[in-house]
Amino acid sequence: MPSNKSVSDAPITQFINCRILKEQELQSEDLWVREGTILNPERLFFDEKGYADTQIDCQGSIIAPGFIDVQINGGYGIDFSLATDNVKGGVSLVAKKILAHGVTSFCPTLVTSPPYIYHKVLPGISVQNGGAEGAGILGVHLEGPFISQEKKGAHPEQCLRSFQTGGFQDLLDTYGSLDNVALVTLAPELPRSQEVIRELACRGVTVSLGHSVSNLSQAEEAVQQGATFITHLFNAMLPFHHRDPGIVGLLTSDQLPRTLCTHGMIADGIHTNPAALRIAHRAHPTGLVLVTDAIPAMGLPPGRHTLGQQVIEIQGLNAYVAGTKTLCGSIATMDMCVRHFLQASGCTVEAALEAASLHPAQLLGVSDRKGTLNYGSDADFVFLDDSLNVRATYIAGEQVWKK
Amino acid sequence: MRLVILDEYNLASEWAAKYIRNRIVQFMPGPDKFFTLGLPTGSTPLGCYKKLIEYHTSGDISFKYVKTFNMDEYVGLPRDHPESYHSYMWNNFFKHIDIDPANAHILDGNAPDLQKECEAFEQKLRSWGIDLFVGGIGPDGHIAFNEPGSSLVSRTRVKTLAKDTIVANARFFGNDLSKVPTMTLTVGVGTVMDAREVMILITGAHKAFALYKAIEEGVNHMWTVSAFQQHPRTIFVCDEDATLELRVKTVKYFKGLMHVHNKLVDPLHSMKDYKN
Repeated sequence: MPSNKSVSDAPITQFINCRILKEQELQSEDLWVREGTILNPERLFFDEKGYADTQIDCQGSIIAPGFIDVQINGGYGIDFSLATDNVKGGVSLVAKKILAHGVTSFCPTLVTSPPYIYHKVLPGISVQNGGAEGAGILGVHLEGPFISQEKKGAHPEQCLRSFQTGGFQDLLDTYGSLDNVALVTLAPELPRSQEVIRELACRGVTVSLGHSVSNLSQAEEAVQQGATFITHLFNAMLPFHHRDPGIVGLLTSDQLPRTLCTHGMIADGIHTNPAALRIAHRAHPTGLVLVTDAIPAMGLPPGRHTLGQQVIEIQGLNAYVAGTKTLCGSIATMDMCVRHFLQASGCTVEAALEAASLHPAQLLGVSDRKGTLNYGSDADFVFLDDSLNVRATYIAGEQVWKK
Repeated sequence: MRLVILDEYNLASEWAAKYIRNRIVQFMPGPDKFFTLGLPTGSTPLGCYKKLIEYHTSGDISFKYVKTFNMDEYVGLPRDHPESYHSYMWNNFFKHIDIDPANAHILDGNAPDLQKECEAFEQKLRSWGIDLFVGGIGPDGHIAFNEPGSSLVSRTRVKTLAKDTIVANARFFGNDLSKVPTMTLTVGVGTVMDAREVMILITGAHKAFALYKAIEEGVNHMWTVSAFQQHPRTIFVCDEDATLELRVKTVKYFKGLMHVHNKLVDPLHSMKDYKN
């Protein structure tokens, strides 16, 4: 039976025999898609007297919103912080490869770099929709250089900066432009950070706290100025102390406005002990955002590779700053992180999936069209089996990857 | 009338679904020959709808050439409100079967001219005729929203709900009386009487008194379902609990006829038999 086509000629696809993540639970419902967005079948039935042109049997798969990775430094040999002649090509390669991990949108991340790198690389990366060519770009994540020296982690010390002299102008001079920037990580204890955070928030850039030795009150102040995220919770910050919880204390602080902080977690089995994952999840379950923090070596075989201005070494599932035992990012893929988080935290399947889709979308303020399977949202989703392995990836209702 | 008594709710739902299935399959509906079905809402028919969906999923029945007409709908309730009868029918029936949306008719409680909407609906029913009208019964003996005192020859119209009904419905609207619709559009008693065949589903002890009034006492506009005593083909399908107020003699008589009634559902026909 052809659809009525009284409102639109576009074909309607109905995904049947599946369980979809909706309203915090897996529901045995069909998923309807038209023109790249999720369609309301009840409206279709009663208003348009229409029905599906094609039915696709999902064979019992779980359908979750496409994963969103807000912290990924590169992969498959591509380093987003390297000023190559083909920045666009490099980003596209990674965008295409991560479709296999269920990622439909991401934020290419640049680690602490000298200003000329930002000036050369940033113009080559723009916000764009995803598709068969690769996952969509929601904006760039600039992690540094306005971070703490003691907590620089794998970031090169000589490139660290402050905004002591010129405040926000220092930041603008360093980056060159904020046009396609979605997220900035900085250390709030740096002088004049408050005005910088305020200005960034005003411009719609999400501000995250990380690589910092700030105490809880400095962190709370930063949130009151507009910071809404914590970059890889527990890593590169002061450990929780019962008399000064530091940034970790934001999870349960009572000083914060309603739009509370979310926190990124690298659930690769290496960066955070399962007990720590559980503590974070239980303290603030709706704020947990899974990130990969994947480095260029992700997807590559063991050995030495380049990250920003430094050399790193892969041993098994670990990536260290060459010659040290400092972790410098993970090589786990997003779907691995989801599976590990599910198993380590003992959370529900729904919670694990939301941590990789809904929560990052909420963080970036795009949850009206990404990160959910609500009617009207972009039809970016993944088919998963019961163990949360990716079977197929869809962007705008089209299949862009299949196992 | 036929009074079909099953032991409990699920068996009653299944019997009713089997009957509907047989009627549709044996009718052999086609593009020039639609089977017209009147449908109810509420908790009673849920089991029956589930069974019909099962029969559809297994390929034994198709609703492609079935036209449906619902009995009623609230006035002023947004169509996609979870308590609207449109939502009820979509979630509990339509979304699981292959009915053509153009053939599913429900009164529009948000029509700009309610009177015209009722008249148009009545006209549609008249021109198509209903092969089988399935309905329920309220604890006050009403059919559709024909509350006590409704004319037994009434037609599709706007009705104001009795206070009792509004209070009873409050539980679906967060117990906020101000949110409960006070008016509905409903088919009339006369409208349903025009159907070629009527099947009333009655289950549960709270409906027992209404069933007694409907079939053991006289035809009375205070118990509007009693009008069907004057319909040539009515089946009442109920469970044991619904018969609690009837005379033992009535129940024994009709239980004794079950072997006859069961011939209507056994053998159970399937669309698969008619593939050729």
